Amino acid sequence: MILLDDFLFRAALAGIGVACAAGPLGCFVVWRRMAYFGDATAHAALLGVALALAAGTPVLLGVLVAALAVAMALSARPDGAFAADTLLGVVAHAALALGLVAVSFLEGVRVDLMGYLFGDILAVTRGDLAVIWGGAILVAGLLAARWRGLMSATLSPDLASAEGINPARERIVLTIALALLVAVAIKVVGALLITAMLIVPAAAARGFARTPESMALLAAGIGAGAAVAGIAASYRLDTPAGPSIVVAAVAAFLVAAAAGPRLTEARTARSRGT
Amino acid sequence: MNLPHHAARAAPAVTQATAQGGEPLVETRGLSVKHGERRALWDVDLKIHPGEIVTLVGPNGSGKTTLLRAVIGAVCPDGGHILRKPGLAIGYVPQKLAIDRTMPVTVDRFLALGGATDTASRRAALDRVGIPALGGQQMATLSGGQFQRAVLARALLRRPDLLVLDEATQGLDQPGVAAFYRLIEDVRAELGCAVLMASHDLHVVMSASDRVICLNGHVCCEGTPTVVSARPEYRALFGMGTEGTLALYRHVHDHRHDKAAEPGAGQPEPQGCCGHDHGHHHDHEAAPGAAHETEETGR
Repeated sequence: MILLDDFLFRAALAGIGVACAAGPLGCFVVWRRMAYFGDATAHAALLGVALALAAGTPVLLGVLVAALAVAMALSARPDGAFAADTLLGVVAHAALALGLVAVSFLEGVRVDLMGYLFGDILAVTRGDLAVIWGGAILVAGLLAARWRGLMSATLSPDLASAEGINPARERIVLTIALALLVAVAIKVVGALLITAMLIVPAAAARGFARTPESMALLAAGIGAGAAVAGIAASYRLDTPAGPSIVVAAVAAFLVAAAAGPRLTEARTARSRGT
Repeated sequence: MNLPHHAARAAPAVTQATAQGGEPLVETRGLSVKHGERRALWDVDLKIHPGEIVTLVGPNGSGKTTLLRAVIGAVCPDGGHILRKPGLAIGYVPQKLAIDRTMPVTVDRFLALGGATDTASRRAALDRVGIPALGGQQMATLSGGQFQRAVLARALLRRPDLLVLDEATQGLDQPGVAAFYRLIEDVRAELGCAVLMASHDLHVVMSASDRVICLNGHVCCEGTPTVVSARPEYRALFGMGTEGTLALYRHVHDHRHDKAAEPGAGQPEPQGCCGHDHGHHHDHEAAPGAAHETEETGR
């Protein structure tokens, strides 16, 4: 496995791994209008970093616990709906600010703050790769295994209830998946840009997809492509890798936004014609 | 306010089902539901028997949707019990199913996500509800009537014992409404399922309703509907386009106050009508209100 010795190759693998989980999960974030919820969860990761460093526990564990705690607390609100911009905005920024303040209290510990905020994908080790792929497979597997329930609860919680699916349970599944993804993606794109990896590829995929499944797979593909392109650009142009990946994804989104409607029109015309 | 039928309040507002078939599919006992501080439902006793069509009527905010959501298990009661027959299959057609525009989903995929894995049965279901050619269309591009038929197809694919419809025809034009309810009648006849539905309009109640329940937080009264589509004044109001699927629940409103002494003179009283004092008015829309007036004064 000489290839794995190449930091660029490891970085690409890490990016593809995150994209494969973030694409499908990001579709749910888009469908359920959870973008701010994703932000709050991702920002909580920074608080988790500070707490883990202070307590001397592994950073991954701290991030996972903090993200899960914030996500669960938010989704357990009585009405249970995700979209409540103000509250989510307060929590998202509170978590970020608290995290930054908490990190500054850590004396004697060298903290690569930029790495946690914007990712440090070029420094991914083999161990990191195992964690990222393990987490990504877990998230993707969770979504695949519960796909019908998740989809029904997303289409209509009442319809799901009538069909014997508990929408609250499906929401918890998504919350756990989101916390897991945040924990593994923080190394790749950083706490500030995780939401971008969730929603940008999914939004780009929307115009080309006819079914939820194809949108999820396309989102994964677009995310993976953006990861590779971003890393390549970062290497050649000496730009920061995490933001470059997001820029590549946004470029894909812009192309899709321009081409998608035309494609849909052509398709509609064709299906009307037959 | 005078309460001439005070004694009736004590009469239990329980089912007098016209279509019995063993144990009820769903039964609520003393059901109460709160929305925050507000009581949405209280003391609701309801039984749905196999094969019967029960219609809930009542003004806006009378708890029709809440009761239906409690029956399908989407709302947790704050008090009382909901008993469902073990293994009960429910098909649900909500008032409005808002599919986010960001979600691409074809009609066929929408049905498959309801659990119908077999392509042929999905096609047959679309055929049954009258939209055989639309399987490949995006849900978002369907018209209101087509959309509700697609949702009904998903409900039918569950082989329901009980079909729950919550104002399923809102937003449809008059012929669309009539056609949809005719479809429901046909489907009920074929599958033998019970139907529980809500109607916002007191007067648009299917002639085939076995029972009508008037709801206003609690069960005001219930009874059989009287078909009035033959009456000229009714036709004058609603026209002929509905082909007899419109009916009026003969509803003696003793809380129409000054007329309170009149009802019941030679008229059969609905069962369990309570003389309540919270003064809800049923003539919420001009035309149906007039029809109602006709019914009350036309005796």
